[in-house]
Amino acid sequence: MRASSTSLRSKDLLGIETLIPEEIALILDTAEGFKEVSERHVKKVPALRGQLVINLFMEASTRTRVSFEIAEKRLSADTLNFSSSGSSVEKGETLIDTADNLVAMQPNMIVMRHKHPGSARMLAERYPNISIINGGDGSHEHPTQALLDAFTMRERLGRLNGVNVTIVGDIKYSRVVRSNIHLLTKMNANVTLAAPPTLMPVEIDKLGVRVVHSLDEAIEGADVVMMLRIQLERQGKLSFPSLREYYNTFGLTRERLRRAKKGVLVMHPGPMNRGVEIASDVADDPNYSVILEQVTNGVAVRMAVLYLLGGAHSTES
Amino acid sequence: MNLLITGARVIDPSRELDATMDILIEDGAIARVDKKIKATDVETIDATGLIATPGFIDLHTHLREPGQEHKETIATGTRAAVAGGYTAVCAMANTVPPNDERAVTEMVLAEAARNGWCRVYPVGAVSKGLLGEELAELAELRAAGCVAVSDDGKPVWNAQLMRRALEYCSMLGMPVVAHEEDANLNEGGVMHEGFYSTLLGMRGIPAASEETLVARDVILAKLTNAHVHIAHLSTAGAIDAVRRARLDGVKVTCEVAPHHIALGDDAVQSFSTNLKMNPPLRSEAHRQALLAGIADGTVDAIATDHAPHHFDEKNVEFDLAPFGVIGLETAFAVCYDRLVRAKIIELPRLIELFSSGPARVFNLPGGTLHAGALGDVTLIDLEARHEVKRETFVSKAANSPFVGETLQGRVVMTIVGGAVKHDIRVADAKKRKRK
Repeated sequence: MRASSTSLRSKDLLGIETLIPEEIALILDTAEGFKEVSERHVKKVPALRGQLVINLFMEASTRTRVSFEIAEKRLSADTLNFSSSGSSVEKGETLIDTADNLVAMQPNMIVMRHKHPGSARMLAERYPNISIINGGDGSHEHPTQALLDAFTMRERLGRLNGVNVTIVGDIKYSRVVRSNIHLLTKMNANVTLAAPPTLMPVEIDKLGVRVVHSLDEAIEGADVVMMLRIQLERQGKLSFPSLREYYNTFGLTRERLRRAKKGVLVMHPGPMNRGVEIASDVADDPNYSVILEQVTNGVAVRMAVLYLLGGAHSTES
Repeated sequence: MNLLITGARVIDPSRELDATMDILIEDGAIARVDKKIKATDVETIDATGLIATPGFIDLHTHLREPGQEHKETIATGTRAAVAGGYTAVCAMANTVPPNDERAVTEMVLAEAARNGWCRVYPVGAVSKGLLGEELAELAELRAAGCVAVSDDGKPVWNAQLMRRALEYCSMLGMPVVAHEEDANLNEGGVMHEGFYSTLLGMRGIPAASEETLVARDVILAKLTNAHVHIAHLSTAGAIDAVRRARLDGVKVTCEVAPHHIALGDDAVQSFSTNLKMNPPLRSEAHRQALLAGIADGTVDAIATDHAPHHFDEKNVEFDLAPFGVIGLETAFAVCYDRLVRAKIIELPRLIELFSSGPARVFNLPGGTLHAGALGDVTLIDLEARHEVKRETFVSKAANSPFVGETLQGRVVMTIVGGAVKHDIRVADAKKRKRK
């Protein structure tokens, strides 16, 4: 699908669930234009000049935080990075008090990562004149990750419609998988989820996905295999018995990947546990792996989101 | 002063009465309910067009005093109770300190006598400190005035302790009230485990968490021939277990909360912390099972689980907010809307669930308009509509899931022991003055 709309309906990007396919296409098309900016020698356009974007990261992040900051800088926005460690959050200041104080300094946009579902929405409802971008809220949504994943698939495969995407791993606690399911089903891709039942949330099939508990079955005929990070601390805590057993049953190896379609793309949102959910020789094989391309594309996609929300916002006021 | 209520449609489920009658209250007790009563030296209340019922009784109220007076006090909680038509509330034991000894029971009763607006029946703790390890002094608590015991807020996890509590309380003639929840199955859950917890990425509380303990306690009640009362029952499996146990002759009763009757887990999509309570809002299938249980008589009482929290405590991320919502001031209208106007049950059955039903469960006085009974009467205008607003609660708290809803069916007067404790005409006039 190509974009037919020219703006987003909401002032915020809280999740993929509430987007319509035209909006997803608009963001992906806009990102294509911005990808070229990063390839220039002078990597900057004046789109958000004079706008203040606060990156409010209440939970650890490497890729998302850095990617947003780079995207903001390439759009000429003023950026401020706030992380909860070293801040008054450690003294017990609440999210709302923290955000109220940051908002008092009049930012145009806030990008937030937080460990609790619904936190981005809480800010979006509280501040009617500020755009909130969800950089991941607990196990709920991580919309820019799904958008960069879709951008990468579309760029490599030429389409999303009818593409077979298999997502493997910690489905239960993953915000990446929820945003990806919403996006891919809206764009008519076929989604298969694979995980042991202990990592599969109840009734997720109602979102229009196929659920299997065998990695081989899940990979059969896949155009894309997306591996999710296993949180190491879950080992032995009733989610699965051991990392060794997990790797043997759900770890992605070259051998297992043979069941996929020729030209299959291997994706991972990072950070990876090598030798747990994915073998290094798969993760590092340029014939399959687009893991670092995802990271490159993340900047373009985030530029597109910032531009579409920042631009719409500035014309309003 | 004696009171004569005239021209009301009197609904008294305790004797299947539903007719236009007058009610005479003398010396704090019901003197007569009859057609066209003539009396001298009485204050007359013209209740033409209104419903008159036995005063409502709430089996499950958190008054928060002693210890958490920033949330609610005995004075404000009972003021909210009479505003909702309640003439008696059963005060849960999970205060700070908990009501696990006679001195606390006596303090609650003394404060209720001084500053309360309605009758307060304390519920004592099952275990010392609500820790689930040793029995509290249950006979002392009973002697001091407790009408039941419960570690509400937590389950009695130790099955042997539950067995002993049931046995001991059968001697004392009071039920053990069970908060049914398996903490291991909950695993930090904040909402019902189902499609919506999956969609929202929130930790789920499975129905099985409640059902496994209801099943256990029904078996223990059978073993001990004692009375177990299931608090805030919320699942289809739990209502089935109670229904089957009753057929088997087990002494088990149960209550359902208005929010579980009215709302489902789909509402949590708003992430409003006023939709967070324990047990959580369940899925539509569970809600329908509760409605069926209410219709077929399995449910004995509607109880609010009124759980006030301070604004600051609820003004945080959903995961971090405390469990609980208030309910005293909205219970009747919500249930009238969802049960009677929705044609699940008739009005007299609803009144039973608010009055004679709860009285029977805890063996309380009241819940009836028999001559000689407590002079506790509630008057209701079924046609009156009002919007629920944060600022109109008389409770100290406003953590209600019904803010913004316009409800039909309003309690207009609450009479406790022959004294008018709530009169909407007076309350409305005061509000107008404040403006």
